[in-house]
Amino acid sequence: MMEIQLTLNGKPLTAQIEPDLLLLDFLRSHGCFSVKRGCDTSNCGLCTVLMDGKPILSCSLLAARAAGHAIQTLEGLQEEAADFVGFIADQGADQCGFCNPGFVMNTLALLREIPEPTDDQIRGFLAGNLCRCSGYEGQLRGIRNYLESRRKGGENHGA
Amino acid sequence: MIQIQKYVQAESLEQAYQLNQKRSARILGGMLWLRLSRGSVGTAIDLCRLGLDTIEETQDAFILGAMATLRQLERHPGLNAYTHGAAARAVQDIVGVQFRNMATVGGSVWGRFGFSDVLTFLLSLDTAVELYHGGRVPLEEFARRKPDADILTRIHIRKTPGRFAYQALRVQRTDLPALTCALSQIEGETRAVIGARPGRALVIRDAPGILRDGITEESARAFGAYVARQTPTGSNLRGSAAYRSHLAEILTRRCALEAGGQNV
Amino acid sequence: MEHKEYRVVNQSVRKKDAMQLLLGKPVYMDDFTPDNGLVVKILRSPHPHAWIRDIRTETACKVPGVAAVYTWKDVPQTRFAIAGQTYPEPSPYDRRILDRHVRFAGDAVAIIAAETEKAAQRAMRLIRVDYEIREPLLDFRASKDNPILVHPEEDWFPPCPVGGDNRRNLVASDDNGDGDVDAVMADCEVVLDRTYHTKAFSQTMMETFRTYTELDRYGRLHVISSTQIVFHCRRILSRALGIPMSRIRVEKPRIGGGFGAKQTAVCEVYPAFVTLKTGRPAKLIYTREESQIAGSPRHEMEIRVRLGANRDGRIRCVDLYTLSNTGAYGEHGPTTVGLSGHKSIPLYTGNLEAYRFRYDVVYTNLQPAGAYRGYGATQGIYALETTVSELAEQLGMDPTVIRDQNMVKEGMRMPAYYNEPANACALDRCMEHCRRMFHWKEKYPVRDMGNGKVRAAGVAMAMQGSCISRVDVGSATVKLSEDGTYNLIIGAADMGTGCDTILAQMAAECLDCSVDDVAVFGADTDTSPYDSGSYASSTTYVTGKAVEKACGELKEKICSIGAELLGCTPQDVAFEGKQVRRLDTGQTVSLSEIGYKTQVFSNQAAEATVSHSSPVSPPPFMVGMVEIELDKETGQVTVLDYMAVVDCGIPINPALARIQTEGGLVQGIGHTLMEDVRYDRNGRPIGSSFLQYKIPTRLDMGNLRVEFEHSYEPTGPFGAKSIGEIVINTPAPARTHAIYRATGVWHRELPITPEQILFSQKKE
Repeated sequence: MMEIQLTLNGKPLTAQIEPDLLLLDFLRSHGCFSVKRGCDTSNCGLCTVLMDGKPILSCSLLAARAAGHAIQTLEGLQEEAADFVGFIADQGADQCGFCNPGFVMNTLALLREIPEPTDDQIRGFLAGNLCRCSGYEGQLRGIRNYLESRRKGGENHGA
Repeated sequence: MIQIQKYVQAESLEQAYQLNQKRSARILGGMLWLRLSRGSVGTAIDLCRLGLDTIEETQDAFILGAMATLRQLERHPGLNAYTHGAAARAVQDIVGVQFRNMATVGGSVWGRFGFSDVLTFLLSLDTAVELYHGGRVPLEEFARRKPDADILTRIHIRKTPGRFAYQALRVQRTDLPALTCALSQIEGETRAVIGARPGRALVIRDAPGILRDGITEESARAFGAYVARQTPTGSNLRGSAAYRSHLAEILTRRCALEAGGQNV
Repeated sequence: MEHKEYRVVNQSVRKKDAMQLLLGKPVYMDDFTPDNGLVVKILRSPHPHAWIRDIRTETACKVPGVAAVYTWKDVPQTRFAIAGQTYPEPSPYDRRILDRHVRFAGDAVAIIAAETEKAAQRAMRLIRVDYEIREPLLDFRASKDNPILVHPEEDWFPPCPVGGDNRRNLVASDDNGDGDVDAVMADCEVVLDRTYHTKAFSQTMMETFRTYTELDRYGRLHVISSTQIVFHCRRILSRALGIPMSRIRVEKPRIGGGFGAKQTAVCEVYPAFVTLKTGRPAKLIYTREESQIAGSPRHEMEIRVRLGANRDGRIRCVDLYTLSNTGAYGEHGPTTVGLSGHKSIPLYTGNLEAYRFRYDVVYTNLQPAGAYRGYGATQGIYALETTVSELAEQLGMDPTVIRDQNMVKEGMRMPAYYNEPANACALDRCMEHCRRMFHWKEKYPVRDMGNGKVRAAGVAMAMQGSCISRVDVGSATVKLSEDGTYNLIIGAADMGTGCDTILAQMAAECLDCSVDDVAVFGADTDTSPYDSGSYASSTTYVTGKAVEKACGELKEKICSIGAELLGCTPQDVAFEGKQVRRLDTGQTVSLSEIGYKTQVFSNQAAEATVSHSSPVSPPPFMVGMVEIELDKETGQVTVLDYMAVVDCGIPINPALARIQTEGGLVQGIGHTLMEDVRYDRNGRPIGSSFLQYKIPTRLDMGNLRVEFEHSYEPTGPFGAKSIGEIVINTPAPARTHAIYRATGVWHRELPITPEQILFSQKKE
């Protein structure tokens, strides 16, 4: 066992962990159930969280490595996410929802890095987020509509 | 999933080196491939606190810390200006942004993976690796060595003006490649690097001087055929040896034409 | 298409669970079930065919934290099927919880239950199994009457007569038709005889198979599983475990995708067995690898099509034979195969004079197949549609025009579809619409783009069903709360498709209220009315109709209670949404008053439960067109544009219908381009992770455009037919056609890889 300290969703946290505990399992055991496991080979993007603001795969990071860093999960970004996810809901593109948290987290990262992305930039940035239900097109429409509404200073869909 | 008994963030390279002399020790890169192995690691050594996570540009070189990520490589303005965007093209189809935020340049090079886009790309440049004990070693030589207990700390790319191109074929867009191809012309020397053969990337120089008199449709075609003849290929899930040999020819030709279109 | 204007139906309402899902709330099995139970792991056979001579678990049991290790010696000897189908199942009873005879690489050998995952893993490594390795049967073409028997057991039992014989490795066999095929074929001016091979594809829903079990406060087995079939699951567990259904409760939480995979009780029996034995909660979560190697992928099929036509393009005769590989167990084997003929041939009812459809379904020592969206129709449509395109090309006809001339049209009776009528069929309008939107005339000619790249287009049609006619039962319970809102309780399973929402839309339409006024709950065997489950494209069509009927009945009851309050007979009142009005006096009582009335000195429940079943299964229809760019030097194909026009009757929720279509198209694109459940030559799986089994990313699919042509299905709720499955059927034949246009080569095996495209061009 070893001790780590990190910031989880803005709150400092100290925990005892096994050295090979993955961040994904650490986060779920700390109540962040939005973080999902979809594969065991770093291929699906379901477990995406932000480390110091950058999207990473929590299935592939030792919790020990997160020591001293700031981790954000969707639990900690509810307000920022609510602004945009309503547009995905309007498309019905949430579907089974299992990939949604990872997709939402990476989209937030995209929008922080490129506030006005083109379709190709959206597809490129989110290429590591697999979705088997939606066929991706509805996610793209939702993001486009969100950007459009933001440009117009439009209404909040996140209710 | 690999099991780890103990995890240490090294305070110094010397400490990391000492810890790494045990057979059961392992230096952590991005851990993306390491975690797929089934074995057990005694001490996992993390270099994350040693300031090796930057890409520096000097007058005549780029110095990539071993812990710099593929995403940093992809987005580095200087490196991409120098390579005409080949750096970004070499890595941008690797899984996804999240993966590339974690995968390290050092880990990719140390692993000497057959499928590596990074190794293919770096071999086309004037690249040397810096080992904690072994000092600087040309990448081409390093790539042939077996992994040992030394530590890769940095990668040096000499900024000699040249022409560069990168192409790979992936059946699914973010999958491991069926073949990779990088091409460079530096100080009058043309090299093609073919990776994912599926064996480790190989450097093929234009010994016969096929492109010496310029890159034309015809000379590019001849060079592609030459490179394909020089490249041993094998079969796996992503393609047969015959298909790879064919791709080596096509991608080399396309790279040559792409590089030929650049003004240096 | 003329139909009544609807208020809530045919509107793009948000899914009821959308914001919960999008904001990552804990709604899936592993998010809210306790972690203090036993972790269940399965030791799997590395051999495709073996007999367990001996199995020793003493050392494994001694690992600290290990609660139990079970082997074939510990489990009931009853045989059962895990296919989620209506009793008596067409699938043979050919499984035990654990069997001494292991039949595929991945078959269960032992169940380990431990306090932690690590302890379970350690114990797994310490189980000693002495296998007598047997020669595996790996080639499904050699299976029938092979001396190697996959199921030699005496107690192999088919609950339905489907033509199976375990002594011949045969799960099912049939021969049917209409008209004199031999005579018509002999009279045809052109006969194409082609054989196609489609592979097993994995559903790869993002949430793997998983089940949690515990004993509830009555000591009953409480099963929380990611399943499409709560009621079938309860029946399967009851038989497998030998306990009465009254002792079992199965419920499903939100499900992370199914696509048919979870129409089979793939993993439920293992933790259920552990909980019964130990009395403790147990949880089994399949790894992605387990989902890939011991799941329920699509049936591999070989399909021979003989197509007879005249030179003017008149398609007169189809003779189709399908050989289907069910793998080591027979789940869904006898039924999927039927769709390969019955849901492809009727597309060409127009001029069809005769058809014959024969099939065999055989065992092999490979991963058992199951239900996957499309369910055999996908395979048959790929084969028949590709042959029709080839016929058109051979006759020099526009492949959309040959379809115009021969397709099924509204009002026709379809002999190859159990003689059902096409009451609602807009296939002709789908073709016209798609041709126009896609700019077929410009895109159909092959265009050279330079650099060895060519652009080309292909087309395909598809159909499916809207339920299993005369079998599926959907039910709904609707009840009034005392504030005038409603509960809708169903046994159908929303697996992300949005059926909870569309059923609520239907209820809101009937009850003249808003969708928000209808709370939906499902599915739970203790509380839901019986439903066969969500499969066979049936939920909208069958359960939807049940909702409509239940709402009608509830309205009558509400009126009756209202009449009592208003002092008149039910005939004298009208239901007005928020209230009931006495017609002669104009007096009203609110729903709330009626609701409260049912709670005081009342003998009438404001509640109705209605079941529905259909004697017909109206097909939805669609047309898909694809434009590709093909690199002739590498064989690589890029999808540029995929246009689909779908006739699903009246779409209950157009946004959700569109997403269903787009999702199905991308799965189909994956099957055509890259997906393949593969084995090495010893029968061991090699596509066991997302590293090797690749599914399309958003960079692999091009632009999708989806439109609808409405028809009105008189037997469906609000004119609706189904949408969920049909949408996966066109990409394979349309792309195969486009690749032919670009290269001059017909590919008759899926997937079509760049390498195959390249080398087949060279050969020609």
